[in-house]
Amino acid sequence: MLEQIFQFLVTGVTVGSLYALVGLGFALIYNASDVVNFAQGEFVMLGAMTAIALLGAGLPLPLAALAATLAAILVGLLLERFAIEPAQGASVVTTIIITIGAAIFLRGVALLLWGKDFHALPPFSGDAPIRLGGATVLPQSLWVLGVTVLLVGLVRAFFNRTLLGKALLACSFNRAAAQLVGINVRVMLRLAYGLSAGLGAIAGILIAPITFSSYEAGVMLGLKGFSAAIVGGIGNPMGAVAGGVLLGLLEALGAGLISSGYKDAIAFLFVLLVLFFEPTGLFGHKVAERV
Amino acid sequence: MKNVWQTTLVAMLLCASLNPAGAAEPIKVGSFLTVTGPASFLGDPELKTLQMYVEDINAKGGVKGRKLELIHYDTGGNAKDAVNFVKRLIKNDNVDFIIGGTTTGDTLAVIPDVEKEGIPFISLAGAVEIIEPVRKWVFKMPHTDRMAVAKIYEDLRKRGLTKVAIITGDGGFDKSGREQLLKLAPQYGITIVADESYGNKDTDMTAQLTKIRATDAQAIINFGLGQAPAIVTKNIKQLGITLPLYQSHGVASKTFIDLAGEAAEGARLPAAALVVAEQLPDADPQKPVLMAYKNKYEAKYGPVSTFGGHAYDGLMIAVAAIQRAGGTDKTKVRDEIEKTQGFIGTAGVFNMTPQDHMGLTVDAFKLVEIRNGSWKIVQ
Repeated sequence: MLEQIFQFLVTGVTVGSLYALVGLGFALIYNASDVVNFAQGEFVMLGAMTAIALLGAGLPLPLAALAATLAAILVGLLLERFAIEPAQGASVVTTIIITIGAAIFLRGVALLLWGKDFHALPPFSGDAPIRLGGATVLPQSLWVLGVTVLLVGLVRAFFNRTLLGKALLACSFNRAAAQLVGINVRVMLRLAYGLSAGLGAIAGILIAPITFSSYEAGVMLGLKGFSAAIVGGIGNPMGAVAGGVLLGLLEALGAGLISSGYKDAIAFLFVLLVLFFEPTGLFGHKVAERV
Repeated sequence: MKNVWQTTLVAMLLCASLNPAGAAEPIKVGSFLTVTGPASFLGDPELKTLQMYVEDINAKGGVKGRKLELIHYDTGGNAKDAVNFVKRLIKNDNVDFIIGGTTTGDTLAVIPDVEKEGIPFISLAGAVEIIEPVRKWVFKMPHTDRMAVAKIYEDLRKRGLTKVAIITGDGGFDKSGREQLLKLAPQYGITIVADESYGNKDTDMTAQLTKIRATDAQAIINFGLGQAPAIVTKNIKQLGITLPLYQSHGVASKTFIDLAGEAAEGARLPAAALVVAEQLPDADPQKPVLMAYKNKYEAKYGPVSTFGGHAYDGLMIAVAAIQRAGGTDKTKVRDEIEKTQGFIGTAGVFNMTPQDHMGLTVDAFKLVEIRNGSWKIVQ
């Protein structure tokens, strides 16, 4: 029994780190513009599908991954420039709806480019499972975990240590004030979209060997990543990570100990409870609007 | 303005005079398929097959000197649309028979109209409910999930395995499969020791499989579509589970092998003969039919799927029935379809009776095993 629970925990953490990576991208754009970018899942899908296509075209894996990430960043920048920026001054809700439209558009393009089939990337370092006590993990899961930790560290350092990161944060706190102290809000927004597209793409490439990818793979991942971000307190990158891991653990333990049929219900019930008792998320800032 | 009227009048007169003079009216083939939407991987090859063979038959002079005319509507997997399209096919387009209904939902929804209007209808959907109870005007081509389950259980019995764990997805196909798995188990002396499920878009099933590992199951059966069965297969390998794995006919495509990779080695599943056409012995009566369809389809559209094969079977059975009936009288055509005997299609050899409007037996499925990244027939 103990062995089983250990396996559930391992499963939960690996699935959770995947949600965390996607959630991180949500938090980043929210930080810069108060907008929930519903095309975040599509960035994940684009990263994975582009890498798969480039690998199929004969590029070595590291190069394909790099090129796919850059391609996704480009898409993120284009999205900001041609869909978000023209709507400058529109309400947050309008912008969110634009991102939903963008998500549908990106899905359609992916469908035309790569068809409806599922595609897989080969695992980065083999398929042989690694034994950890009584549990087993795939080497690819360790990649996901490792890169998640690394990226989380980088994002944290970016926001806390660099001027650019602090400028980005300033935009979310008060756009007008940020502009007044000389921050170029427009550039900051582009930066946020580019960064989160890149993060999404890296997440997509890392998980493609485990979960496979198709033109609509971003829908589910986006939803789970979004849940992770709101559980953790949207706008708090570290909260999104914690939320993701928590969600993954709940799903795994729910499926293992209670019933696999209710696994998602358990996870979403938890999300609801969190929102009910802590509307700003577990690690969110307490919002106080000053008039 | 006057000119336009004149032209129209002339055109109308021409049409009117041409019709009786022309050889014969075309035979109208009505069709409603799910070419877009989630089930498009089923409907897309079906439509392509119908178009290709209608063209082919017409190029060879048609049926009894009459050309075929395909009238098709895309339901997008919406049963309500399917009902409207079938009404339109019957009342406005005056089709002679209907072939379609990609999904069980679409098919079941249109049955009341088909029965009321009395028009031969050949369904391309899987569930056994379509022909059970038997309806006068409704026939169906694909194997049922019950046959797939029976094929798997037969093999389990041969190997002397009696305790199985089942793991299924949350889609319609999966749920219907699970029902049949539970229902048929007692007949084959099989005990189901674990009954797990997952969401079709889940990315990890190790928790469910860890539970299965803790039971005394002797084999695992996974019923599902899409990428989920490939993830299950990989997770089984990851957990170091060495039990024999059975998959359903839902994954009988090359995509599954590509996704699951090495983990799929040794997995067994029931599959239509089309999947292993090349491997059939030359003496097999189905082989020429399968190879002809496969080569023709692949030359035009790329990798063949069993779903398109069902459309081929349906069209050919209907055409043969019209030939025997000597025309498109609906009652006669229906009677002739019901009398289909020894028709060799892609799904198997069809022998219909008034009690059986599908006409396939469990033998129509081949049990295949994945070996070296390819299908091998299990003898």
